[in-house]
Amino acid sequence: MASINLSETPLRELNRQLHAVTAGSNDIHFDVLNPNGSHSVAVGIDQPVTVEVHGSVGYYCAGMNDGGNITVHGSAGPGVAENMMSGTVVIEGDASQYAGATGRGGLLVIKGNAASRCGISMKGIDIVVCGSIGHMSAFMAQSGTLVVLGDAGEALGDSLYEAHLFVRGAVKSLGADCIEKEMRPEHLEQIRALLDKAGVTDVRPEEFKRYGSARKLYNFNIDNADQY
Amino acid sequence: MCGIAGLFLKDKSLEPDLGRLLSDMLVTLTDRGPDSAGIAIYGPAQAEYAKVTVQSSNPDRDFPQIGTALARSGISPRDVTLKDSHAVVTVDQSSLEEAKASLLSISEAVRIMGVGGTIEIYKETGLPKDVIDRFSIRTMGGTHGIGHTRMATESAVTTLGAHPFSTGPDQCLVHNGSLSNHNNLRRELKRLGMVFETDNDSEVAAAYLTAEMGKGKSLGEALESAVRDLDGFFTFVVGTRNGFGVLRDPIACKPAVMAETDRYVAFGSEYRALVGLPGIETARIWEPEPATVYFWEH
Amino acid sequence: MTYKNPPTVPRKSATFDDYTLSEIRRAAATGIYDIRGGGAKRKVPHFDDLLFLGASISRYPLEGYRERCDTNVVLGSRFAKKPIELKIPITIAGMSFGSLSGPAKEALGRGASMAGTSTTTGDGGMTEEERGHSSILVYQYLPSRYGMNLRDLRRADAIEVVVGQGAKPGGGGMLLGQKISDRVAEMRTLPKGIDQRSACRHPDWTGPDDLEIKIGELREITDWEKPIYVKVGGARPYYDTALAVKAGADAVVLDGMQGGTAATQEVFIENVGMPTLACIRPAVQALQDLGMHRKVQLIVSGGIRSGADVAKALALGADAVSIGTAALVAIGDNDPALEAEYNALGTTAGAYDDWHEGRDPAGITTQDPELMKRLDPVAAGRRLANYLKVMTLETQTIARACGKNHVHNLEPEDLCALTIEAAAMAQVPLAGTDWIPGKRGF
Repeated sequence: MASINLSETPLRELNRQLHAVTAGSNDIHFDVLNPNGSHSVAVGIDQPVTVEVHGSVGYYCAGMNDGGNITVHGSAGPGVAENMMSGTVVIEGDASQYAGATGRGGLLVIKGNAASRCGISMKGIDIVVCGSIGHMSAFMAQSGTLVVLGDAGEALGDSLYEAHLFVRGAVKSLGADCIEKEMRPEHLEQIRALLDKAGVTDVRPEEFKRYGSARKLYNFNIDNADQY
Repeated sequence: MCGIAGLFLKDKSLEPDLGRLLSDMLVTLTDRGPDSAGIAIYGPAQAEYAKVTVQSSNPDRDFPQIGTALARSGISPRDVTLKDSHAVVTVDQSSLEEAKASLLSISEAVRIMGVGGTIEIYKETGLPKDVIDRFSIRTMGGTHGIGHTRMATESAVTTLGAHPFSTGPDQCLVHNGSLSNHNNLRRELKRLGMVFETDNDSEVAAAYLTAEMGKGKSLGEALESAVRDLDGFFTFVVGTRNGFGVLRDPIACKPAVMAETDRYVAFGSEYRALVGLPGIETARIWEPEPATVYFWEH
Repeated sequence: MTYKNPPTVPRKSATFDDYTLSEIRRAAATGIYDIRGGGAKRKVPHFDDLLFLGASISRYPLEGYRERCDTNVVLGSRFAKKPIELKIPITIAGMSFGSLSGPAKEALGRGASMAGTSTTTGDGGMTEEERGHSSILVYQYLPSRYGMNLRDLRRADAIEVVVGQGAKPGGGGMLLGQKISDRVAEMRTLPKGIDQRSACRHPDWTGPDDLEIKIGELREITDWEKPIYVKVGGARPYYDTALAVKAGADAVVLDGMQGGTAATQEVFIENVGMPTLACIRPAVQALQDLGMHRKVQLIVSGGIRSGADVAKALALGADAVSIGTAALVAIGDNDPALEAEYNALGTTAGAYDDWHEGRDPAGITTQDPELMKRLDPVAAGRRLANYLKVMTLETQTIARACGKNHVHNLEPEDLCALTIEAAAMAQVPLAGTDWIPGKRGF
């Protein structure tokens, strides 16, 4: 198990060691100490390594993660797990804006709140937020699932494509082309599975509401121009 | 485009540490703005007196003349403190306008950075660390302060172009973002008699708030109007004699993190800037909502 | 004999010309703005308005073929451990798979590789056709992040963070549903057949201070090996170039308003952005003011057609140029041999720009399997290589005539302008005078 203290070791060295891991390596557990809000912590991982970050991180932690399991015992700055390919990222505290932006796969769990634009342009990632999310979340979200145990800010799911949105609390407002949809058994199952994966036990899938695309903006129609 | 740090103290026992805490916050944000840096410190109020912070690109020539220039107008300053390219001149409130005129008469190179009962403003081109060292900011105490590190977008990298901008007594503003209607707004404010020192969009925002407060609005009310009248992307942190405010535009892209404990309210462009504050581990930390005015007052 | 009053001939308005009238009628009938591909078609001051001052007695020319005139260029030497080395100062601009067919991307890769230069992906990700056939491939990092993934980022030779493009500075994209085939849909994670909207801003950063952090992340992910370019549309080239440098770019790609797009609003293409000619000097000035000219390379695009254009762009201070539209023409776009088919689409060879509709008879801007088959990527690649070689020879011809042993030694002082407008924009004297109109004011 490697332990890297970012107050003594440069960030470059951490990421270099993470990138040096190859398939079949034995030393795949990393502890990161004193991140103190550093940017680009544990980015570009492409092996099933485990990274435990003890403290809060800055921008783009776990960016483009492909198979790593990264836990931040603290809060995360903007763009955590941006463009994640696969793997798991867990934030014990809060996440700033753009959490999981353009993520293509894997699971992002935020135990606290996420700020604005959570899941913006998501492309297949699953995101579970135990707290609330800010405005413009799931903007232009293409696919994947966003599960929010708390409330959602303004303009949820604006210009939404095929991502699935489930919110347990209040939604301040829905964005253009986003509507509440009927909750069917397969959706309850979907929520249940994600809650299980995220380790959330005290919440029932029936408590959520489902939101999705009205698909009115899918092909341009002048009578919808006000929506653009 | 920049980094912002702000600290508003609730606990008086922290006041001697204001300069040190704010300096650490600002240095952390160096990467966000390598062009220039500035700090406004709100110190103890001195009834009946006003402080004028002046700057000169040729302080060795200009500052020895401060005493004689003021004497010509019959003013005897209560205090003159020289710090590198800046001088803080304390005069009777009643002679403030004459004092400003006589200080400006020393030479073309003398500029007024800010005026007020409590505010002192220090700003220069260069890295935050160097600016802080030049003016011994770490040793300064106070009730609240705001710092800025600048990555210039469209206006010049000069001392006057550095933030904070002060357009009224004890007022200052720092900005991260880019306004898109500042030219029209500047023309309108000029018509109303405001004077501008730079072509900087942030100075327009500062002057706008000064003009609004001049109409009798509180800082909070002026910030409410700003959401309506200013177009573009902004995160503002503003200071008044006893107040501290934060405002983000309705789109709210430019970063902002706030922390509050029983002892202080702090603002940083990034969480990194806040990690050295006492008790940050248990502080309430949040991101300001778009188009929402946050405002604290002593 | 009766005398008839002589009639006046019918007079058409210069303001309301035939094109304008047809557009009003089209808008009224359809209720949608005109979307098309390509760049600005209006006449703007361009490289044609500049001439080189060859050597004679005061300067000595170099002998063609015998005396060396080098054309190599290194891009990304500022921070990247593995800078790009090109044999020629002409690269292939970013064009997306989706807007272009697979065989077209392959042809671009083949042609560029033969000529010793790079190609660039576009808004849609990296295809095997272009990675496999491009010896040097630049991977675009765009607001939509369509097709963006870690494996391809590491397979790329350089990364181009696209902030804007010349056809639409400040705008996003629109790929209409007709071109979203199964393969395009899969690469973009979208349902088949729907309009694809590309955002105008990046989803996870805004402004140069955040861009610096984003570039830092991309460098960490790629272990500081790959050059990182920043591409901007020609709007405020002085500031944008300076900010790209401050944010840590290795190279700046500057695209003037004649630069093409796969599809956007006609009103945007024709009315937003500055001519390429007007963009170069302010950008070079920014680099010089920061002490970064030739250290952070400047790649200029938008309306480059010949070696003369290349030489003029380099003389004004660019390190390299990039071609898009010209490359498409070289591989077969808008070929008059297809005139009958262009007529059937209601257009004519040379004017066809409805690339987004996916019915390109040349098989280039389409996803239709039958149309795609028409483009032979091997033969088309050869044509592109030929064209690039001709442009390079032309550039060398001019450089030698000006006495330069490297094309980068061309200077603004080797140029004069034919028009006052071009003299002002390029900041070179009007021919026969020492007059450079206007002053710096960007």
